[in-house]
This record gives sequence, C-alpha cells and structure tokens, in this order.
Amino acid sequence: MTCMTPVQAPLVEAKAVRHLYGKAEGANLLVLDNVDLTLNENEIVGLLGRSGSGKSTLLRSIAGLIKPTAGQIVFPPRPEGPTTVSMVFQSFALFPWLTVLQNVEVGLEAKGVRPDQRRKRALAAIDLIGLDGFENAYPKELSGGMRQRVGLARALVVDPSILLMDEPFSALDVLTAETLRTDLLDLWSEGRMPIKSILMVTHNIEEAVLMCDRILVFSSNPGRVVSTIKVDLPQPRNRQDPAFRDLVERIYAQMTRPDQAPAARDGVFPGMGLGMVLPRVSTNVMAGLIETVHADPFDGRAPMSDLAQDLQYEADELFPIAETLQLLRLAEMREGDLVLTPTARRYAEADVDARKSIFAQQLLAHVPLAAHVRRVLDDRPSHMAPASRFRDELEDFMSSDYADQTLRAVTNWSRYAEAFSYDEGADRFSLEDAV
Amino acid sequence: MVFLSGDLKATRPIARFLNTGTVPKWADLVAFLLLAACAVLVVRGAEDMSQPLAALHATPVTLDPARLPEYALRTTLRMFLALGASLIFTFTVATLAAKSRKAELLIVPALDILQSVPVLGFLTFTVTFFMGLFPGRQLGVECAAIFAIFTSQAWNMAFSFYQSLRTIPADLDEVSRQFGFSPWRRFTRLELPFATPSLVWNVMMSMSGGWFFVVASEAITVGDTTVTLPGIGSWLSVAIARQDMKAVAVGVGAMAVIIVLYDQLVFRPVVAWADKFRFEQTASQQRPASWLYDLLRRAAWTRSLSQTLAKPLTGLSRATAALPPVRLPAVRLPKPHPALGRVMDLLWLTLVAVTLAGGVWLLWSFLSARLTFGDVGEVSLLGLATLLRVVVLIALASLIWVPIGVWIGLRPAWAERLQPIAQFLAAFPANVMFPFAVATIVALRLNPNIWLSPLMVFGTQWYILFNVIAGASAIPSDLKEAAGMFGLKGWQWWRQVAIPGIFPYYVTGALTASGGSWNASIVAEAVSWGHEHLEAAGLGSYIAKATAAGDSARVALGVAVMSVFVIAFNRTLWRPMYRYAERRLRLA
Repeated sequence: MTCMTPVQAPLVEAKAVRHLYGKAEGANLLVLDNVDLTLNENEIVGLLGRSGSGKSTLLRSIAGLIKPTAGQIVFPPRPEGPTTVSMVFQSFALFPWLTVLQNVEVGLEAKGVRPDQRRKRALAAIDLIGLDGFENAYPKELSGGMRQRVGLARALVVDPSILLMDEPFSALDVLTAETLRTDLLDLWSEGRMPIKSILMVTHNIEEAVLMCDRILVFSSNPGRVVSTIKVDLPQPRNRQDPAFRDLVERIYAQMTRPDQAPAARDGVFPGMGLGMVLPRVSTNVMAGLIETVHADPFDGRAPMSDLAQDLQYEADELFPIAETLQLLRLAEMREGDLVLTPTARRYAEADVDARKSIFAQQLLAHVPLAAHVRRVLDDRPSHMAPASRFRDELEDFMSSDYADQTLRAVTNWSRYAEAFSYDEGADRFSLEDAV
Repeated sequence: MVFLSGDLKATRPIARFLNTGTVPKWADLVAFLLLAACAVLVVRGAEDMSQPLAALHATPVTLDPARLPEYALRTTLRMFLALGASLIFTFTVATLAAKSRKAELLIVPALDILQSVPVLGFLTFTVTFFMGLFPGRQLGVECAAIFAIFTSQAWNMAFSFYQSLRTIPADLDEVSRQFGFSPWRRFTRLELPFATPSLVWNVMMSMSGGWFFVVASEAITVGDTTVTLPGIGSWLSVAIARQDMKAVAVGVGAMAVIIVLYDQLVFRPVVAWADKFRFEQTASQQRPASWLYDLLRRAAWTRSLSQTLAKPLTGLSRATAALPPVRLPAVRLPKPHPALGRVMDLLWLTLVAVTLAGGVWLLWSFLSARLTFGDVGEVSLLGLATLLRVVVLIALASLIWVPIGVWIGLRPAWAERLQPIAQFLAAFPANVMFPFAVATIVALRLNPNIWLSPLMVFGTQWYILFNVIAGASAIPSDLKEAAGMFGLKGWQWWRQVAIPGIFPYYVTGALTASGGSWNASIVAEAVSWGHEHLEAAGLGSYIAKATAAGDSARVALGVAVMSVFVIAFNRTLWRPMYRYAERRLRLA
C-alpha cells in the first residue's frame, strides 16, 4: 500500500534532531545525534533500536512532549488542515480511576467537544477497536490486551493524522500481542482508522518486519539512524516465509556491525574506561548463553536471530548479554553471529571453581572499574573502601542512576568471581571474604 | 478473540449498571432522610456560632444531658470546619511547593518542622489574635478553637499531597500533556485522583488527632480570659471542676457515640469511594466496604442529584469550550537566560536571608527582654524529664503491644475483628479519660511524677498496636510456611520472621505515637480534678502553666525547646530506623 509516490507534502519532518540528557555542564549523555526523518502519508514506519538508542526520544519530540536540544520538528502545511498526533504508550497509561468510556473520552473532553458528540465518537471508537461491552469497566478489571485496546481507542478517537506508538505490544504476552498486531493491521489495511500514517517504536525485529513499510535502524549511544530498510513483502506477511526470515537476519547483522560503534570508544558500551555504563547482566545468564553457543548445534558460533528464537529473548534482551560477553572477551559479534573465544570454550568445559577463576581473570583484565576497585582495596592496609567513593567517581562520567546500575553490575560480577566482596549494610567493599 | 482476565469481578460494573431499575424503594427514602437531617444539623450549628460573645455568658455550659446532643454537634462541626480549612491549605500550599522549586525550598522544611511542633502551645497566641480579630463575637473564640484543630491536621495532609504530586506516574503525565489538559483539568483528572488514597488516609489520621485538640481547645484559659465554648470539651471541663464523675462518664459516652457515627457515616463511605483511585492495575482482593456508600450509590435519586449538580459545571466547561482554544505554549516556553536565572535565584536567596535575619532579631528582642539564660537551662532540664518519660513509655508500650499485635495479626479472624477497635481507640481523644485516672491518683495519693506519665501514651499507644497488627497480617504466607517447615521457634522466630516483618510498620506506629505523646504531655503533665491540681515536673506542665498565666514569652520558649527535642528525636532515632526499614526490610 506504499507504492503511491507521495505527491503531497510529508506529514512530518524531523531535521537534524539532537538531544542531550543530563546536567548543563559536564557529564552529558548524547541520546540522539543528528537524526533526520520524513514520514509520508499512508505508511507505517518503524524505529528499531535498542534501549538507549533515542528512538523513544525522537517519538516524544514529534509528540511535542520533549523539546530536542537542537534541530527541528516540522509539520509542513497541508490542504486538509494542521497535522495532529496522538500516542499509544507501552505502559498503556490509562487513568485507573476512570472507566473505559471515560478514558476514551478524556482527550475529547480536553479539546472541549460537546458531551453528546463526545459520547457518540467514543462509543464509535470503542466499537471499532472491539471493546463493546466493556464501556463501564475500570482498567484494573481488564487484561493487558484489553487495556492496550483502550489505549488505542483513546488515541484514535481524537482523529489524529499520525498515530505514534511507543513499544505498544512489549508489555503484552506473545499471544495477546500477536492478536492485537493482526487486528491493528486489519483495521489499517481496510482503511477503517481515520489516521494517515503510523510511526512506531520497537525493539522487536520480527515485529518491525511484520508491520512496517519502512524501518529505520538506530545505533545506540549515541542514537543515529544507521540504515533505512524498505519492506516490500506483501501484507499479510508470514513469519515462516524465507524472504521474511532473510530480512530478519539481515537486520540482526546490521545491528551487530562493528562499524556501527563510533570510533572514540573502546567497547560497545557508552563511555570509556571507568566511565563505561554497564548493564546489569546476571552471571547465570552469561554462563547459560556460553553453554548454549558452546553446545550442539552451534558449536561455538550461533546466529543471533536463531539464539533469540531458541531462548525466547527479544533482541533488546539478548544484545546486552552478548555485549557483556564481548566486553569480557568471552565472545565476539561477527555479521550477526555470536562467536565464542577460546577462553569461553575453556570456561564452558570447566568446573565451578575453574569457571570462577577464568571469570575473575577476564573481569579484572577487561572491566576497568572492577580493576580499579580491586587496586584500591589492595593498596589500603585495611583492605576496605566505602562504595560511595566509587559511586561519586562514576558520577563524574554519568548520571547517578547509571552510576548506581554500573556499580551494582560490577559488584555482582565481582562477588561471583570472588574478586572482592561487598557489605550492603555498611555500603563498603572489602577483600575480607573474597578469598 | 476477547479473553476475560479470569476475574469474576470483571463482570461487576455491567451488573451494577443493569441493577439501576431493581433498587429497593426504601433505599431512596433512607438516604434522603439521612442527608436532609445532616443539612439541618449543619445549619443549626452554624447559626449558633455567629452569636455574640455575651450570649456565652448568658447561657454558660451546663451539665444538662438534654443539651449534650447540641454540644456534640457543635464539637463535630468545629472538626469539619477545621478539616475544610486544612484541605484548602493542602491544595494551595502543597501544590505551590510541588510546582515551584523556590517555594519548595521553604515550604517542605517548614512543614516538616510544623509537623513536630506541639500545637497545644499555640493556643495562647491564637486565642488572643482571633479575639482581637472579631471583638465581642463568639466567632473569634470559635476561630481560635478551629485554628487549634487546623494546626493539628494540616501539615501531614499537605505533606502527603505534596509527595503524591511529586510522584505522578510519568506516562499519565505525558498523556495529559499530549492531550493538552488545562491546569484545572489536570488537577481534577490526574493530580487529585492520584493523591486521593494517601490523602484520605492522612485525613483519617488528622481527624484522630483533631478530636484530642477539639476537646482541649474548647475550654480555654489564657491569663485572665476564660472562655468555654459550648461543646463536649467544655462539658468535660465543667464536670471536672465540679468533680462530677457521672457527668464525665456521660461525656465520654457521647464522645464514643460521635466517633462511631462519624466513622460509619463519613469515613467508611469515603474510604470505600477512594478505593477506586488506588493506583494499581490489578483488582485487589479485599475492598473496603461501607453500607452507607452502597446505599447512596444504589439510590437512584442521588445519582440524578449528582448529575443535576454537575450540570452548571458542564455548562461552564461548554461555555469555555466555545471560546477559541487557548493553547498555552507550555513546552515551547523559551528558557530564561541562565544569567538571568542566576540573578533571580540570588535575589530569592537574599530575600529569604533578610527575612530570616529579621525573624531571628525579632525573636531575640522578644525573648531576651523577658527571659534569661537560666530560663533556657531550666526548660532544657524539664525537656529532658519529659524526654525520659516519652522514651520509657514508648518502650513499655512496645513491650506490651508488639507481642499482642503480632499474635492478633497472625490470626486473620481476630485481626479482622480487632483492627477496627484499635483504630477506634487511636481516634478516641484520650484526654476525656484523664479525669478517671486523676481521680484514682488523688484517691490513692500516688506520686504524680510517675503516675501521670502513663496518660501521655494513653491515647497514642494504639498507633503501635494497629500498625503492628497490619504488619503481622502482611507477612506473606509462604514465609510463615517456610518458618513452620524448618521449625523456627522462640527467639529465632522473633528475630528472623516476626520482627523484620513488622519492623517498617512498627516504626511508623512508634513514630506517630511518640509525636503524639510529646503533644499530650502538655495536657497530661498538669491536670486538675475539682480543686486538686496534680503536676509532674516536665516541659509539658511548664508550657501548660505558662499558658494559664498568659506568659507568652515562656510559652514561646517552651514550645521552641519542645520542637527542638521532637525534631532531634526524630532525626536521630526514627528517621534512621525508617531508612533502614525502607532499605533492608521491605518485602518485595
């Protein structure tokens, strides 16, 4: 349905949008770097990327909820009047104290639509989205899928030109999400929704390929558009179709391409050295992934898309694990495949104690923060140091939330590796129980 | 394609909707009569209040049981007027604090301190002020009494509202911004509903405290001025002066009736109604119930009445909707130049500093003319005496009520029955019970320094009990089962299961109880029974004596020292315990 060449002006254009989070001076996190986007009539466009790639920030800039640090969001004038937007949230964002009907009416009420009109339009939207019979229910009485239907009805009832969706299906279970996706695509292809275009944020590669006419792949830290993929497969699309699978793999490969990472970093994580923001990945999960890739049928090298399918992980969950392995030099990502290093293969074969010592070696050699804490503890006669000291140090590089997350990640890994221990009550690192 | 959430309640709203035609007719009649009676009572009470002051002297408070209902009504009315004032204060001041960073810097610490100040000490100042405001009219004294209740209610309500405003969920905030809610709509649709559950809980706590003060503030003696406003508090003080034990008992009974009535007629319905505002996405298992709320909701005419009442409002909103929509460019507001911002900050800080310096100078000149450093030393010593009482009594109350509360909390059948009783006892103004205790002490010639002390925790110990009951019932059953499986018993069971499980609840209860005890010391350390005056050496009796003598400098000193004690006590003991509980002992 996208074959029409757009003769009209685009619905919205984002021009050189750049956004920084953080304090005005010092540590800033660049989440969006020079992003351009054009949304034309009659298309579903997906913003695909991992958390931290700024895709939600771009969506919120278009929704008018965030003012980007630099760049412009332009709604070119169109013959039928000003372009309007409406948004569907990942968490549904329903008012728990309002009924389904009141929740749907809330946007119309704010616009000052007369009550009788309001009621009529809201009931029509409820009918369209398959919620009839639930008008007087409160959100807490509904299942997740039905709640997101309320979110959709509320967004559609105000007749927006563009429907913005922020990971609309990621809080739902697999079956419910699939039903809702199919229903939405049916409504879209039958032209029963008043909207002209859909812009959706997702981190689910298959979902993007299933629904979108065009996919913008974002790199993370900072968020940039690394490629634009046109999806020409006819609707309804079949996940088992070889062409579909092929496209999914291509996107995986694109998201793991090494040239994606800007040059000025020495890893896959944002920041350098001590200032690296680390994800909280459990050592059990790392061990599990290593064992899976080590065993048949992968034998040390596994395509990420297969892993995601086998392990029931979404790309967004799998990537941080793989990247942590990469940081620890236990694996490498090559052309969409995860390849174990010889150290990792040794790890897979080792017993519990040997595993711990291999992990400790890799940790102290390749995670600067772990090495730093260990060095400080070694130097002090008491072999103790307050954790707040390291947290403060980290906060020179990153926000306090990230500093906390990073320190917790390293604490956990170090406890497993028995590199040093941590006393939660005293908020203190020490070497005491480490040996 | 439609799957129900497996929850039977999911079908309820529709059933409720269909039910409208089959409501019993009597529900209409009963609800109407109740509401009409309430309206008449309010009008009567309000008429009485605006009488000239001379009328008070013409018809002094008598111990005539026929007049007791009227006194009870006047007392209740004062409570609700103060509550209204507290709500207005909450909505304005807390909103200001949440929306303006500069206001926040002043308001939040001020609320924190005001929460710990013994409000009874204020009476001296406020009575003089309000009587000057309405000379010769009863209204002035009424205002002073209402203000005293207000000062016991407003702070924690404002605090809870402020905290709710600061924790509005980000996604709901985004929805309301995205749909361009006006500030008023944002308040009614988002902020007020979100804050309602915790506000209702705080209103309940405030009301419990308020009963205490309404009793203490109706019969006021400041220096030479003695005013007894018609009310239960005055009834009691007259009964005490005449050593009439029967009248005291009747007064206590009337108080109990009022508290039961207001619980059943006001709070149950409000709590049941507020349940729908609880911010959670799953249906809760136990919903608070209220027969009155169900009755009002079932009666057809209350629905049509609320619709009629809503009509002018909708008309208003329609009228404003007809106007061209004014879109405030809220997000696009140009940021003030950083230098300008810094200058503004500096000006604000200077303003605050100058005001502060002025205040300190004023305090100094007021106090130094009337007091010496010896006074400060004496008051501090008395403060230590009261501190000792509070600590010992809270410890004793904990030793008694924690085991009992745990025992009750672990037995759901008992907890369900006894929890409301503990809450009732916490709401019951303990000072109406004082005469019985005092008469006993006088009769047995006991040492007032020791035996007056229990009165301080008499009303506040229940906070410990009902919080511990709540904590013990909240211990997850899998933990209890695991403890049973491994045969945990005795001290180990207390140390590893019970105490960690109830600790956060206990701290909340003990914090409230100790704050209340400080306050109660003002009425508990100096009591009378007829012309017998009993006194325990302490800060409370110091303030009470200074109030009776109209010595405002000593009252100010006493109140200030007590505030310092309370704040120091909170900061060094309760707050660290609270933090510890939050960090280590929160279940899930």
